[in-house]
Amino acid sequence: MENWSLVSICVLFGLTARWAVSLNSYSGAGKPPMFGDYEAQRHWQEVTYNLPVHEWYFNTTDNNLNYWGLDYPPLTAYHSLLCAHVAKLINPDWVELHASRGHESYGHKLFMRATVLVADLLIYIPAVVLYSFYLSEGSNKKKVFLCILLYPGLILIDYGHFQYNSISLGLALWGVVVLGLGWDVLGSLAFVLSLNYKQMELYHSLPFFCYLLGKCFKQGLAGRGLFLLVKIAVTVLVTFALCWLPFLSDPGQILQVVHRLFPVGRGLFEDKVANTWCSLNVLIKIKTILSTDTQLYISLTTTLLAILPSSIKLLMKPTLWQFKLALVNSSLAFFLFSFQVHEKSILLPALPVCLLLNDLPLPAIWFLQASTFSMLPLFLKDGLLVPYVVTSLAFLFFSIYLLSALEHCSEDKLRLGPYRRLLICIVRRYGYLSNCINKDHFYFSITAMAGLSFMSVALAPPAQLPDLFPLLVSVFSYLHFLGLLLYFNIVQIAEPPQSVRKNQKKSN
Amino acid sequence: MCYLYVEVHSVISIPPRLIHRGQASVYDTGCVMATPRADDWSWFPALALGVSFLKCILINAYHSTDFEVHRNWLAITHSLPVSKWYHENTSEWTLDYPPLFAWFEYSLSHVAQHFDKEMLVVQNLLYTSPATILFQRLSVIVTDIVFIYAVKECCRSVREEKGSKDLLGHPFFILAALLLWNFGLLIVDHIHFQYNGFLFGILLLSVARHLQGRHLEGALLFTVLLNLKHIYLYIAPAYGIFLLRSYCFTEDNTDGSVRWSSFSPVRLVALGSIVISVGALSFGPFIAMGQLPQVLSRLFPFKRGLCHAYWAPNVWALYNMVDKALSVLGVRLKLLDVAKLPKASMTGGLVQEFQHSILPSVSPSITLICTLLSIMPAVLSIWCRPRGARGFLRCLVVCALGSFMFGWHVHEKAILMAILPFSILAVESREDAGIFLMLTTTGHYSLFPLLFTAAELPIKVLLMLLFTLYSFTSLKKLFRGSLLNPLETTYLLGLVAVEILCEVVYPLSPWQHTMPFVPLLVTSVYCSLGVCYSFIRLYVSLLRQHGTDKHKQL
Repeated sequence: MENWSLVSICVLFGLTARWAVSLNSYSGAGKPPMFGDYEAQRHWQEVTYNLPVHEWYFNTTDNNLNYWGLDYPPLTAYHSLLCAHVAKLINPDWVELHASRGHESYGHKLFMRATVLVADLLIYIPAVVLYSFYLSEGSNKKKVFLCILLYPGLILIDYGHFQYNSISLGLALWGVVVLGLGWDVLGSLAFVLSLNYKQMELYHSLPFFCYLLGKCFKQGLAGRGLFLLVKIAVTVLVTFALCWLPFLSDPGQILQVVHRLFPVGRGLFEDKVANTWCSLNVLIKIKTILSTDTQLYISLTTTLLAILPSSIKLLMKPTLWQFKLALVNSSLAFFLFSFQVHEKSILLPALPVCLLLNDLPLPAIWFLQASTFSMLPLFLKDGLLVPYVVTSLAFLFFSIYLLSALEHCSEDKLRLGPYRRLLICIVRRYGYLSNCINKDHFYFSITAMAGLSFMSVALAPPAQLPDLFPLLVSVFSYLHFLGLLLYFNIVQIAEPPQSVRKNQKKSN
Repeated sequence: MCYLYVEVHSVISIPPRLIHRGQASVYDTGCVMATPRADDWSWFPALALGVSFLKCILINAYHSTDFEVHRNWLAITHSLPVSKWYHENTSEWTLDYPPLFAWFEYSLSHVAQHFDKEMLVVQNLLYTSPATILFQRLSVIVTDIVFIYAVKECCRSVREEKGSKDLLGHPFFILAALLLWNFGLLIVDHIHFQYNGFLFGILLLSVARHLQGRHLEGALLFTVLLNLKHIYLYIAPAYGIFLLRSYCFTEDNTDGSVRWSSFSPVRLVALGSIVISVGALSFGPFIAMGQLPQVLSRLFPFKRGLCHAYWAPNVWALYNMVDKALSVLGVRLKLLDVAKLPKASMTGGLVQEFQHSILPSVSPSITLICTLLSIMPAVLSIWCRPRGARGFLRCLVVCALGSFMFGWHVHEKAILMAILPFSILAVESREDAGIFLMLTTTGHYSLFPLLFTAAELPIKVLLMLLFTLYSFTSLKKLFRGSLLNPLETTYLLGLVAVEILCEVVYPLSPWQHTMPFVPLLVTSVYCSLGVCYSFIRLYVSLLRQHGTDKHKQL
């Protein structure tokens, strides 16, 4: 069969799965007075449509910031405005100021779900198509495409819980794809747009920066490299300026927006997140012992330390392969160590991990499954148990079957060969790590996830430990993330020069 | 039960097989799909599991009143003695399937009580707790294992031609995909809600057994099927004549006509005892209780009208349309008096009789005669010139389609009875593939009105596109060339226009309130053209084969 028809079939299948998930409940459905993210998005439409731009981020009589105040960058606000105009055409009640608060109806749900689907179809899916067919190697292109499309975490959050991650992640992916194809200026443009849609994209910013800077260095900072650097810098600044144009007239506006984007006062972490601080909190009550400022400094320092090695390596070897690994390492380090992390932020490392599905099937699938699992408490709260179970099983099955993941666990396939040569003297440690990622451990971990999922659903927690299961879920996922962060770092750092050249040739 | 076991076994045996392959070639490129071997069926569970996941994800989708129908039957069979099953009428959805299906519901109800006991109370009308939905949906998905096994057996019986090395280009792979991922079955069973997958599984298994020459098993399965759902009576003539002619007579004359002396009474007795024993098992208890008339009156409710609320795309839809057109024309030209016309509620929504104003009314006996006449040539052809199990299969499709075209109170869902068995023929011959594409696309599109809720609109459109795109590209590749002529292509593209007109443009127009039935009418009439055309082409292909056979003999 021709490529185009297979691609269309995969896309149609992916869209069907997405829409089928969207038939389920969303966050905060029927839960006044605050509802959930669905209401937040609807409220932003209401605010952006009815209020002038300079009131969007300010607390006014018409804009109560304590009720889902806008706390995403301007592009999100513009997107809300666009959706609001469409909503106004269909049914003015949906965006009426004040009166529409907490509006829920069959028609409105359809409308909101459709906006997600449209955004996904326009931004994320084309980027995945381009990535799988132009930048992934080998004969597995279509299979990789289908697997990336079926990643359950993103589907469940966007189409179940309700968010527009496919826009920010899609724009970031466009950045990766365009950079991979060699258009540096366009790539930085796409990434700046993504950053202006969701500030969480900062998790990806350092690899973008290092990759581009490294390229400039390679071309020689005295000549063409400098020219490239200037071009990129101008693009970034101009794009930023355009995105923030309505707010530039008044410095107070800018400060207020920045203040809304980075709410430092909200503490080190909220709820149960599978990161270091929440897991450490089981042993030491960090939140009570340390002051907020100390927490901020500690998290900043550890995050910087964790991303430093991969960034330096990328700066020295700016290849696509290094870039992808650095994206994983940086965003995962941010997720594990930075300040005020949400459980949904695991989607940020998950995106670059999807790009590694072809090269490192087993670790990538493992990570993606763990990331979906780590959001289990959220899914249960939203009533998404059935789609969670089905999409997770489907993804596990399809990815393992199509990518023959379990056959590719030899040392070479896991790219740990160089690591052995590097650390040949420390035999014991080598043996430990290379044995860690294998089929048996994978089966064990998947079984444990299934068991924990079952217990979270079926068993009532003991009275004195009401958060027992969410905590177990996040600590268990945290261990996975930590181990895989180590692994991806080792793969990135230990890459020898020869394979760099091979990869470069293939990617060009 | 043994089928279940075999299938479960083959499903759970994938990981070991994969591991085994992996150990043999750790360093291969991982192209499981590119190097198929005749004995490597690891793709099959993948295809089947894939579609099962899709079914599971549709658990929370819209379900029709058929959901309540089956819940009610669970409750009836679980909480009432057998003698009351066919008398119970608390719900308007009385038990109107044959006894074996009632027993099937009875056995399901024993699992159901572990999910939610309340659904088994007859008085709990319209009861839909999450556990009830989960159970009922899962029961359809799990019993589909029969269907999956049957598809596998059908794929094994497909004639293999040398050629394409790509797994995706093999006829058996295409057949498996066409059957397992059939759009009609997915939306009728897993959104609308019915147990067709399980029933068609038995039908396809029976067909596969005939293709494999295991006729007694085939006959047994079909008898069981008849006792599960009596709509399959429509294809019983094909079975009866085929078994009589090709199984009870063991030899042919040199010109292909029947050799009367080769009649085998033993075989006839064997067949007869199968039919009678299954029938006795199913209807026996009710005959013993003297309830046979009551059961039959439930099974054959002739009080219903000629056409269902939404006209199935068949000859009667065209007939009604012509009648309507003539009456409108007559009123316009002042040839008719409006007051004298019967008040015809066209596609109003309730099942009721439609009175014709110009053309003569159609009675059940006329539809029966028309149906019999329409299938007669096909049945005669397999009597005079039997062409083995494939000739039988073609005759079966003609019977199914003929009864769909001319039957009394036909449901649009009945088109699946022709589409599914026809898939087997479609992957074996180029001409059939062309007819198949016409029939499937129009037939599937005619199922669209089943799902009328806005939330399910994207699902049905996406799934329809998915299936249609796959069937077109895969069959085109299999037979290396275009299968439809420009006129047919134009007609099928017209379906897109009809869809946009009916579901997007018309609801926005002012006529939506005054004449809400128009979209259904347009869909039904437009689709019936395509179905009639496919029926005629199918008939021509059958009779032409008959002619060429004769020619060869001379």
